[in-house]
Amino acid sequence: MAGHGPAPEFKNPAVRWVDSRLPIFTFMVKEYGTFPMPKNLNYWWNFGAIAMIMLVVMIATGIILAMQYTPHVSHAFSSVERIMRDVNGGWLIRYIHMNGASMFFIAVYIHILRGLWFGSYKEPRELLWILGVVIFVLMMATAFMGYVLPWGQMSFWGATVITNLFSAFPIIGEPIVTWLWGGFAVDNPTLNRFFALHFLLPFVIFGVVILHVLALHITGSNNPDGIDVKGPQDTVPFHPYFTYKDMVGLGAFLIVYSIFVFYAPNFMGHPDNYIEANPLSTPAHIVPEWYFLPFYAILRAFTDDWWVMKLFLGWFMEAKLAGVLAMFGSLILLALLPWLDTSKVRSCKYRPVYKWFTVIFVLNFLVLGYVGQMPAEEPYVTVSQMATLYYFIHLLVITPLVGWFETPRPLPASIHAATLKGSAPVGAGAAAKMEKP
Amino acid sequence: MRKLIKTVVAAGLFLGLGASSASAAEGIAVPKQSWSFDGVFGTFDRASLQRGLQVYKEVCASCHGAKLLYYRNIQDMGYTPEQARAFAANYEVTGGPNDQGEMFQRAALPSDHFVSPFPNEQAARAANGGAYPPDLSLMAKARPNGPDYIYALMTGYGEPSAHILEEYEKTHGAPFELADGQHFNAYFAGYKIGMPQPIYEDGVTFADGTKATIAQQAHDVATFLMWAAEPKLENRKSTGIGVILFLVVFTGLALALKRRTWAAVH
Repeated sequence: MAGHGPAPEFKNPAVRWVDSRLPIFTFMVKEYGTFPMPKNLNYWWNFGAIAMIMLVVMIATGIILAMQYTPHVSHAFSSVERIMRDVNGGWLIRYIHMNGASMFFIAVYIHILRGLWFGSYKEPRELLWILGVVIFVLMMATAFMGYVLPWGQMSFWGATVITNLFSAFPIIGEPIVTWLWGGFAVDNPTLNRFFALHFLLPFVIFGVVILHVLALHITGSNNPDGIDVKGPQDTVPFHPYFTYKDMVGLGAFLIVYSIFVFYAPNFMGHPDNYIEANPLSTPAHIVPEWYFLPFYAILRAFTDDWWVMKLFLGWFMEAKLAGVLAMFGSLILLALLPWLDTSKVRSCKYRPVYKWFTVIFVLNFLVLGYVGQMPAEEPYVTVSQMATLYYFIHLLVITPLVGWFETPRPLPASIHAATLKGSAPVGAGAAAKMEKP
Repeated sequence: MRKLIKTVVAAGLFLGLGASSASAAEGIAVPKQSWSFDGVFGTFDRASLQRGLQVYKEVCASCHGAKLLYYRNIQDMGYTPEQARAFAANYEVTGGPNDQGEMFQRAALPSDHFVSPFPNEQAARAANGGAYPPDLSLMAKARPNGPDYIYALMTGYGEPSAHILEEYEKTHGAPFELADGQHFNAYFAGYKIGMPQPIYEDGVTFADGTKATIAQQAHDVATFLMWAAEPKLENRKSTGIGVILFLVVFTGLALALKRRTWAAVH
């Protein structure tokens, strides 16, 4: 990317010695020192760095927890309680990890929302976006298996419900479920493999994050105006501008995180998970963690008596299979968004129609989250069905059509012109021309 | 930044409202009590904890265990190591094997877990008409609004109100009737609970002379159970003050640094 500049000179002879053999210092200076960043980025751009820090926090606390945890159905629950009661600082590490999962998802959801709003998924950042969706899916798998480890009632019944989803597939479904469980029910082998995978997957996520960042550093960051960087007058170096700005966002985020850890550590959890798993007693409502609720709502929206099933799907698949496919499909469509969106304009700032559809899409997603935690009764079933339908209509119909028919507002001539105070987008072109070196 | 904060707060409120209405749908709303451990500076009232332990020991413990607690833990509520040792000695545990390879009964030590009243779930059910008195170690965290719920449950016995009877008949399509071994409780899901009313006026005689009303005993035992479920609560809350103060200063300094750095760009 333009603006990398010449290789840095190091004064320290030891650094020079290492760098001429393995250029890690040059790499750090180029990618995190002088790396050119659009100078109009707002605070929404903090959340990528915050998500990265959360991954490190989760791995660090997770490793400490793994040293004290016992992955056995007879000991898992009490070993977690031992961490809470008898391990020095164990309560702190565990609450950081437990709430960290939620905070990680909050950061990532905001990060995704920022990408949606400012069109960060569009050419040339499609692969960057797809890698992001891969990270999101891996996070969901990791979080799901992590939630099983304390072996509370929601752990056990959540694991039972979610693994049972695979039984919806004809013929291969049942064998897959047995294979996943390592037996004929969620039991000790299931807990063991979930622990092993819960330990492994964060490092896989870390690998994909490295690819995500590598891809980002090829294309450079998108920006609120969604226009390309045209020259050095549009950018500032990563350090000190964004190291300091990320520090502000991170500090604010950590304050919110700490309020949960120290003053409401169980707010985002479910009380039933403080009851040890009991295969003979099903909780009244099995509710997944809040960050799965929108997808859980899509899964449950498909019932045999829904007109969508009766008219279109019912004659060749069961409602359960349709729900499972829709849930996975909702994520796959997200990855295909770069091609579903036909508009060349990236930022919603300049898309007067699509902007409002994006707002509705986000509200619809929140509605899905709300009905996802409610019991399967009216009016929640109908609401979840309508919201599910809208989720797909937005991605498959509205997004391509609006891209064709919408007349976007005129884009500023450059990032520099857009950041000049009081400059209207139309007049900005002339102003930018004058300032070009 | 302001826009961002607004958006995040709006989303938070939206989700928060969702969460609160969800918990309301799950059971009967319990009235909020005032607790010594509430709030940012909350601590456990030691006298209340000690009275609560007495209620647990003399009333609850005849059917309910608290197996995650050690006898040594009661030092946290203001007892001396000697008192913890004496308290433990009231109970018997199986020790051994000795050098003959035999197990034997011995007095419990501070390092022993609280002894449960029944050896297993089957024995507990057999002795309680089929109902299983759950372990109380985590009860204050295992129910929505734990301590408030415990207080409500302890004070929720008596006769059903006309309103409850009417509402029950409307939702169930049959009049409210108690089977043998069932008791009415205004705060238990379905209003029918296997546990008979455990707490009575002056049912215990408090060592510190406090009048043992039903409300007092319920309040003290709920405080004790909150401590049992979350023994590190005081440590957590006091650590939080320091952490958050540090983060506020850190964020303030970062903001000043960021503003100074960016001043020339804007």
